Amino acid sequence: MTVAVHPTQSGEPVFYVADEHPHPEGYSTSLGFWIYLMSDCLIFAILFATFGVLGGNYAAGPAPKDLFELPLVAVNTSMLLLSSITYGFAMLTMQQNKVAQTQVWLAITGLFGLAFIGIELSEFAHMIHEGATPQRSAFLSAFFTLVGTHGLHVSCGLIWLVTLMVQVQKFGLIEANRRRLMCLSMFWHFLDVVWIGVFTFVYLLGVLR
Amino acid sequence: MSTDTHAAHAGDHHHEDGHAHGTFSTYMLGFVLSVVLTAIPFWLVMSGALPSKQITALVIMAFAVVQIVVHMVYFLHMNTTSENGWTMMALIFTIVMVVIALSGSLWVMSHLNSNMMPMHEMTGMK
Repeated sequence: MTVAVHPTQSGEPVFYVADEHPHPEGYSTSLGFWIYLMSDCLIFAILFATFGVLGGNYAAGPAPKDLFELPLVAVNTSMLLLSSITYGFAMLTMQQNKVAQTQVWLAITGLFGLAFIGIELSEFAHMIHEGATPQRSAFLSAFFTLVGTHGLHVSCGLIWLVTLMVQVQKFGLIEANRRRLMCLSMFWHFLDVVWIGVFTFVYLLGVLR
Repeated sequence: MSTDTHAAHAGDHHHEDGHAHGTFSTYMLGFVLSVVLTAIPFWLVMSGALPSKQITALVIMAFAVVQIVVHMVYFLHMNTTSENGWTMMALIFTIVMVVIALSGSLWVMSHLNSNMMPMHEMTGMK
């Protein structure tokens, strides 16, 4: 780091850090947010590893084959996939500066996300009603932790989505809101990537077991 | 805002924020690919079309890997040039960590599982 010395009238030297140059606001946001997503990815990796180790320990309780309804999981997966493409459309209309259309696509994305959470919660409620609670076996503990963490992320994404819709309504598609929508887009698509792992390794491979 | 000024505006910022944007056709291509890559594994498991479970498991895992790459490219716009390659570096580092954590955990725990003495035999040895 270079330092510039500038003598003042009183003779006291004043030091400046010379190589600090200003960056525009939000210059490093997308890289920083990407690094957050990668660290979130490590959380999910550990939960997947836990599920991989414990996924076969049923403790004489229900197995995936008895619990999972693949048609329902397929519907749930399509909800998340559809919400990904509608968010993509929201980003495209945002680039064209169409506020109303962006809001409509964001709202549709939110509804698909809400449908996903609703189906997942009803699945959980059904399982718990049948006695397949997280306390029942190591498999169920690992299942609820992994899938629940994903669901929690989607719920937080929904809260964030509503917040941004209010922001866009109040301030329009200003630079800061574009940056925020960009971050949420990365977050939303990242959750879809995690869900690919969930439906493959938890549901499909669980039923195959 | 007219289209001309908007185009100039977008051009200014593309260099600055340094990440790629998708177009309608790349989003649609990504969506169609991911629908196909989701539907086939579900169909394979639900219909039991393949003769053995091991083959089915390997095939659906391969589909998952391909679908993750499709999402990364078409939805998350991953490429080697965005942010001067730093997003790709972070991704590669994360993949290495994930592979070590996953394969290490599964490998060590399965060895422990097969090499540990069952509980009831251990109590019998007292």
